[in-house]
Amino acid sequence: MIEIKGLCKRFGEQLVLNGVDFDVREGETVALLGPSGCGKSVLLKHINGLIRPDAGEVLVDGLEVTRLTRKELTALRTRIGYVFQNGALFDSMNTFENIRLGLSDESQYKDQAYCEARVAECLRLVNLTQDTALKYPAQLSGGMRKRVGIARAIADQPKYLLYDEPTSGLDPVNADIIDELVKRLDNELGVTSVMVTHDVRGAFRVANRLALLTGGRVLLQGTQQDFLESDDPSVREFLERDFDNRPLAA
Amino acid sequence: MNLLTVLPRAVGRGSLTALAHLGRLGLMALEMVRGLADWRIWIPRTIQEIATIGVGSLFIVVLISAFAGAVTAFQSGYQWQTSLPMYVLGTLIVSTIVLELGPVLIGLVLAGRIGARYAAELGTMRVTEQIDALESLGRSPSSHLIIPRVLAGLVVVPALTIIANVIAVLVGWWSVKQVLPITDADFVYGAQFYYRPFDGYYSVIKAFFFGGAITLISCYMGFNTQQGAEGVGRATTAAVVASSVVILVINAFLARVLLN
Repeated sequence: MIEIKGLCKRFGEQLVLNGVDFDVREGETVALLGPSGCGKSVLLKHINGLIRPDAGEVLVDGLEVTRLTRKELTALRTRIGYVFQNGALFDSMNTFENIRLGLSDESQYKDQAYCEARVAECLRLVNLTQDTALKYPAQLSGGMRKRVGIARAIADQPKYLLYDEPTSGLDPVNADIIDELVKRLDNELGVTSVMVTHDVRGAFRVANRLALLTGGRVLLQGTQQDFLESDDPSVREFLERDFDNRPLAA
Repeated sequence: MNLLTVLPRAVGRGSLTALAHLGRLGLMALEMVRGLADWRIWIPRTIQEIATIGVGSLFIVVLISAFAGAVTAFQSGYQWQTSLPMYVLGTLIVSTIVLELGPVLIGLVLAGRIGARYAAELGTMRVTEQIDALESLGRSPSSHLIIPRVLAGLVVVPALTIIANVIAVLVGWWSVKQVLPITDADFVYGAQFYYRPFDGYYSVIKAFFFGGAITLISCYMGFNTQQGAEGVGRATTAAVVASSVVILVINAFLARVLLN
C-alpha cells in the first residue's frame, strides 16, 4: 500500500505540492489526473524517493521513504517499477541491455541465459517483437520507446508500477494501445499501479480509482462514479474540458 | 536602489550560490567515495572511458604539442643572442615545455574536449531523465557514471601530457635545428644540464590535478543540469570555462607550493 500524508514540496519560490493526501491500495490501479504542470510527476517521484519532500510523509508498505537508509531505499526501488514519460532509455545501450539493466539481482544480471529469457518474456508482455532487442533507442518509434520503458520497469517483477504520462505525445491509436497494455499488465502481473496522466478518457478506461491534483492538493480521490457525480466546479471543468463524458455516464 | 544596497545584495547572492555549488560538489565527492565499493561496476566502465577519451584525444594532443614545440623553438631562435652558448637552447626548450607549456596547454585543450563531452553527456542524461531512471532501478549514478569518468581523467590527462611533452621536445629539437646552427650534441647537453627528474614528476603531478579538476567540474555541471537543451548548453559552457579557470589557479598554486 502507498500512503501519502500532508506532502509539501517547493522549488524556489514555487509551491508545487501543498499538503497532498493520497493513497493506493494493494492490487488497484489509481490514475492521478491534473492539468499540465500541477505537480503530478513530482508527486510520483516522491514515491520511490527520487525527490525528497519539504514536509509530510510518504509510506510504501508501511516504510517511511524519507527515513530509509541508502540500502533500504535501493531495496525498495527494486520493488517499484518506474515508467518515465519519454522512456528514459539509455542511448548508448540497445533494447536488450536497457531491459537487462532492470534486473537488480547481480547473479541474474550476469546470467546470460536468464537475461535472454527474461528480456524475451518482457518484450512479449509489451507486445514487441524479439528483433527489437537488438535495436537502439534512436531506432525506435515513440510508442516503442514507451513500451521498452515499460518492459524495463517490469523486468525485475516489481510489486508496484508507477507510470508517468505513458500516453503523452502519442497519437490516439497508440495511446489506446498503451492504455490497453497497462490494463493487461496490471491484470497479468497483479501489480499495484499509479498512472499519472492528463488524459481523462484513458484514465477512465484503465483505473479502478482516480485522483485529481490541482492547486497543489488532491481535490478529489474516488471511483469513476464519484467523479461523474461530483458537483465540484473544478472537477466538472476538468472532465468536460478533456472529453465529453456522456457515453461513460450512460 | 543605489549602489550601497545593490552591491552587498549581489555579493551576498554570489556567495550563497558559490557555497551551494561547493556543498553540492562535496556531496558528489562523498557519493563517489561511497560508490567506490561497487568496483565490479566502475572498473570495466573506467577502462572503457580511458580507451574512449584517451584514443579520441590523441590526435589533437599530438597536433597541438607538435606545433607548441615548433613555435617554442622558432621563438627561441628569434630571441637568440650570440653571446650565449648554443646548448642553452636545449635547456630553454625542454624546461619551457616540460614545466609549463606541455601540461597547461594540454590541460586547457582537454578541458574543452573532455570537459564539454562529459558535461553534455551527463546533462543530456539528466534532462532526459536517464539519471533518474538509473536511480529508480536501484543503481548508483556515481559508480555507473561519475567514478569511471573522473578516474579516466586522472589516468588519461597525465598520460597524454607525457606523450605531449615527448612530442613537443622532439619537434622543438628538430625545429630549432632549422633556424640555428645547433648540433644534436649541444641540444642534448643543454637539455640534460639543468634538467632534474623532479621537473618530469612536476609536469605529471600538474596533469593529474588538471585531469581531476576537468572531470570533476564537468561531471558536476552535467549532473546538475536543469531546463532542457538550453540547460545542457549552459552546463557545457560553464564546465569548459570553470575547468579552464581552475586549471590556471591550480597551475599557479602548484608552482608556488612545489617549486619552492
